[in-house]
Amino acid sequence: MRRAKKANWISVCELDDIVPDTGVCVLVCGEQVAVFRLSGGGLHAIGNVDPVSGASVLARGIVGNLGGQVVVASPIHKQHFDLRTGACLESPGVGVRAWPVRCEGCTVQVRYDTA
Amino acid sequence: MGMKLVVVGNGMVGHRLLEELVALRPPGLEITVLCEESRPAYDRVHLSEFFAGKSADELSLVAPGFFEQAGITVRLATRAVGIDRAIKRVTTSDGGVIAYDKLVIATGSVPFVPSIPGNDRDGCLVYRTLDDLDALSDWGRRSSHGVVVGGGLLGLECAKALRDMGLETHVVEFASRLMAVQVDDAGGQLLRKSIEDLGLVVHTGKNTLDIGDGETKRHRMTFADGSHLETDLIVFSAGIRPRDELAGACELGVGQRGGIMVDNFCRTRDRDVYAIGECAQWGGKVFGLVAPGYEMARVVANHLNALLVRSQAPVLPEFVGADMSTKLKLMGVDVASIGDAHGATPGSRTYQFSDGHRQVYKKLVVSQDGKRLLGGVLVGDAADYGTWLQMMLNGLELPESPESLILPAIEGAKPGLAVDALPATAQICSCNNVSKAQLCEAVAAGATSIGALKQATRAGTTCGGCVPLVTQIMKAEMKRQGLAVNNHLCEHFPYSRQELYHLVRVERIRRFDELLARHGHGLGCDICKPVAASILASCWNEFVLQKEHASLQDSNDYFLANIQKDGTYSVVPRMPGGEVTPDSLIRIGEIARKYGLYTKLTGGQRVDMFGARVEQLPSIWEELIEAGFESGHAYGKSLRTVKSCVGSTWCRYGVQDSVGKAIDLENRYKGLRSPHKLKFAVSGCTRECAEAQSKDVGIIATEKGWNLYVCGNGGMKPRHAELLAGDLDGDTLVRCIDRFLMFYIRTADRLQRTSVWRDNLEGGMDYLRDVVVNDSLGIAEELEAEMKHVVDTYECEWKRAVNDPQVRRRFRHFVNSDAGDDRVAFAPVRGQLRPATAREKETRFGRLPTPVTTE
Ligand code: SRM
Ligand SMILES: Cc1cc2nc3c(=O)[nH]c(=O)nc-3n(C[C@H](O)[C@H](O)[C@H](O)COP(=O)(O)OP(=O)(O)OC[C@H]3O[C@@H](n4cnc5c(N)ncnc54)[C@H](O)[C@@H]3O)c2cc1C
Ligand code: SF4
Ligand code: FES
Repeated sequence: MRRAKKANWISVCELDDIVPDTGVCVLVCGEQVAVFRLSGGGLHAIGNVDPVSGASVLARGIVGNLGGQVVVASPIHKQHFDLRTGACLESPGVGVRAWPVRCEGCTVQVRYDTA
Repeated sequence: MGMKLVVVGNGMVGHRLLEELVALRPPGLEITVLCEESRPAYDRVHLSEFFAGKSADELSLVAPGFFEQAGITVRLATRAVGIDRAIKRVTTSDGGVIAYDKLVIATGSVPFVPSIPGNDRDGCLVYRTLDDLDALSDWGRRSSHGVVVGGGLLGLECAKALRDMGLETHVVEFASRLMAVQVDDAGGQLLRKSIEDLGLVVHTGKNTLDIGDGETKRHRMTFADGSHLETDLIVFSAGIRPRDELAGACELGVGQRGGIMVDNFCRTRDRDVYAIGECAQWGGKVFGLVAPGYEMARVVANHLNALLVRSQAPVLPEFVGADMSTKLKLMGVDVASIGDAHGATPGSRTYQFSDGHRQVYKKLVVSQDGKRLLGGVLVGDAADYGTWLQMMLNGLELPESPESLILPAIEGAKPGLAVDALPATAQICSCNNVSKAQLCEAVAAGATSIGALKQATRAGTTCGGCVPLVTQIMKAEMKRQGLAVNNHLCEHFPYSRQELYHLVRVERIRRFDELLARHGHGLGCDICKPVAASILASCWNEFVLQKEHASLQDSNDYFLANIQKDGTYSVVPRMPGGEVTPDSLIRIGEIARKYGLYTKLTGGQRVDMFGARVEQLPSIWEELIEAGFESGHAYGKSLRTVKSCVGSTWCRYGVQDSVGKAIDLENRYKGLRSPHKLKFAVSGCTRECAEAQSKDVGIIATEKGWNLYVCGNGGMKPRHAELLAGDLDGDTLVRCIDRFLMFYIRTADRLQRTSVWRDNLEGGMDYLRDVVVNDSLGIAEELEAEMKHVVDTYECEWKRAVNDPQVRRRFRHFVNSDAGDDRVAFAPVRGQLRPATAREKETRFGRLPTPVTTE
């Protein structure tokens, strides 16, 4: 018997915990998620582990845009990851998971889907 | 039909012939080269750099695999001893006999040693080959005093080498002035003064009669005027004599004053024998410079090629003489002589300018009608050399009043050389005979950086004198072809780094969002944000982790530590000058042990501790600060270290306190953000144990003060620093460094080290010296004030960070958990820890119990 997918919004931090245009790393049910806050107001969340170097560092990268894409640059070797999709701009096929994220009041929440 | 070609001599010119031939690839050519020296061709022009640390390998002119790939037979350490023209055979010193169809003699010349009794004593040397230099450094080590006989171009170069070896150096010249061939009396006097200021002793009008045993030193030289001079070693540099003995012996026709006589195709009177380079005489002249030799090599290569190809009769290049303009390199004194320096052309007019205070002398020789430049002399400031040379060579029309060329520039009023005015045929690089048209073609074919252009055309690769002009032509041509010399930083700012710097300064912009709103668009990126952060810091020096600056910082600056491959950090406390007390060293050891950090000494004379987790950084630094340490800025594009040698405090050779000076300088410039990292070193004497000449700023103590070298680099493309100013007192030294650094910060590109910046600086070192030392732009005061602001507002970033709870909170791996990054794991190595490999992590081997201490 299949269970229906259950969506859990998990509170991870306060909005003020994130300096605008930077990211933080949060622990969501054992997984490392990088949550970014843009000064324009947007929130994005992607996996924190840089698939190229294997280091858990994407939350520490510089945020910006390349053309229409909002990206973070890995601090290790500067590959760019699309904050909306998690895709790596330099190597097609490489990427990290993108996580749904929202702000409820002043609280940042990441959605964790259990099977 | 094939052709057996024998080339006698593998010097600079002989080798250029081979390169030219290989490039032309004529069919059926079989080449044998006889090379008397034990090494194949090397760069004699830069021979003196051997003393500045260049190795024989670095001086080599032979590309790896060159002979093998081209199928050329080279016989090293083999001298040609005879030529039998009747049967076309060359005999060699090892008893061999080689047949030829065509023979090229490229035997160069030997230093002329005047026939003074005693000239063959031990420690009487010459300056021509690498072996000579070996002998010289050998004798140099055993001597404290040296004499160079001959005050010409080469003699002065050699004198500089002796002085740099730490010898008291004298120059003995027969004529009444130095560089008698190139400069006139007035120039000669000024030159003498500048050379004496470098610490050399000059004797002119001295005719040496005898060299015998000395009383206090090895030799005593006795002069015709009855005076004498004692010295340990003597180097003869009194001109050259062509090596024409082979030719003489087989009646090839040798000029009265030496040199194998050749025609416009460089053929001797035997149609099958050519002579090129310094052994050849053309039009009654022997050319003691490399450029004419290279031209001869090109002529002969084309001639031989035409004989082999035989298909059509193309117009062959001919040798038609050469310009003998020269510029003295290396000495730290600018001297140049162009064309008819003595004004020997009938009816010529001369203009002179001299400035005793700045020690500058300029002389201009122009045609009777005042329209063309015929020649000139520059002493003390040879920045105009390239421009004048082009004006003369291309017969460009001079401005209305030619004297404006030699008068000091009145802000921008100086008539420069518009490269557009040069005809396509203008020879820009005389060493390698590269014309303006060839440069433009190469640019069109994609060589749009100076490096690429050098590689494509060889321009600028020999004496380097033409590089500023080559750069100008490249830029002009790129512009002309609509190849926008696009120096925009990135898609967010249509400006170069220099322009942004200027905007920030002038508009007093203090925040990135302001800069972006006024001059850019989009969100910014990992290129422009760190650049803006660096510019803002250079200008206003606010705390880099302040809220409005934090998001701009490169990850390393954001965490004030260097990120490692596994996401951990290294910690490098400052140790000014590399000096550290035992107690401080013990504290570092204790802290490293407590936090389980891997330690090693860096190449910059301090201790690096690796493997710190982000959440450990504030506590580690708290303890370091308590122990008296400050941030070492190993993470920043900023001052790294000021290396020092032990200096006069302990060392028996030291002439100044290099450690004290290094510490002062490191403390002055610590925290200064710049386009790229900055490294300094200070050595206590010319032995240079701190390797200052490989640094952005290198300082070497002299008896009288400090010599300041700038724009050196180790790293990927090593480059020696160049002397900016000599014998400075402490205050002047600091003033010069202030100006130099701020000028670099103002004008350099993003991530451009001072060495690369210098190589791209129009006007080169002369220009830089003018700006920094002579304040030619009138900005010195401004630069000093800007530096003062940075120095006065210094604070240790780490001290600020650990005491600021807001900032400190950011040093956590998870914002919502105190756990550490469980993907970090270590494995043991030689008694310490290293990052575990992915494999080790999988097998859980990496989960080594490691002492983790966080707040
Ligand atoms: C730690 C150290 C190696 C060591 O264990 O000795 C080191 C380590 C690094 N060097 Fe270096 N360099 C170190 C001395 C040098 C030296 C020697 C010196 O300074 O005397 C050089 C050549 C001298 C020079 O710079 O001219 C040197 C030339 C480079 C270069 C090439 C620069 C160039 O212009 O070609 C880079 C790459 C860059 O900066 O782009 C580099 C970059 C790096 C980086 C920052 C690479 C990186 O991004 O991770 C390394 C950081 C390691 C860390 O986390 O601390 N490192 N590096 C040395 C630190 C000295 C210090 O106390 O601060
Ligand atoms: C210290 C120094 C600085 C200089 N600076 C400059 C400068 O700034 N600008 C400039 O234009 N010029 C400069 N020159 C001059 C320049 O080096 C020469 O013009 C150039 O090397 C001439 O090349 P060449 O091939 O004719 O002679 P060389 O380079 O001397 O080569 C001749 C070679 O032939 C070999 N040889 C001789 N006889 C025989 C034989 N019988 N068999 C086999 N091999 C033989 C010799 O051993 C030598 O290796 C400088 C020279 C020196 C020494
Ligand atoms: S040489 Fe390369 S690997 Fe070694 S420390 Fe420097 S940058 Fe790192
Ligand atoms: S003129 Fe000497 S390298 Fe160009």
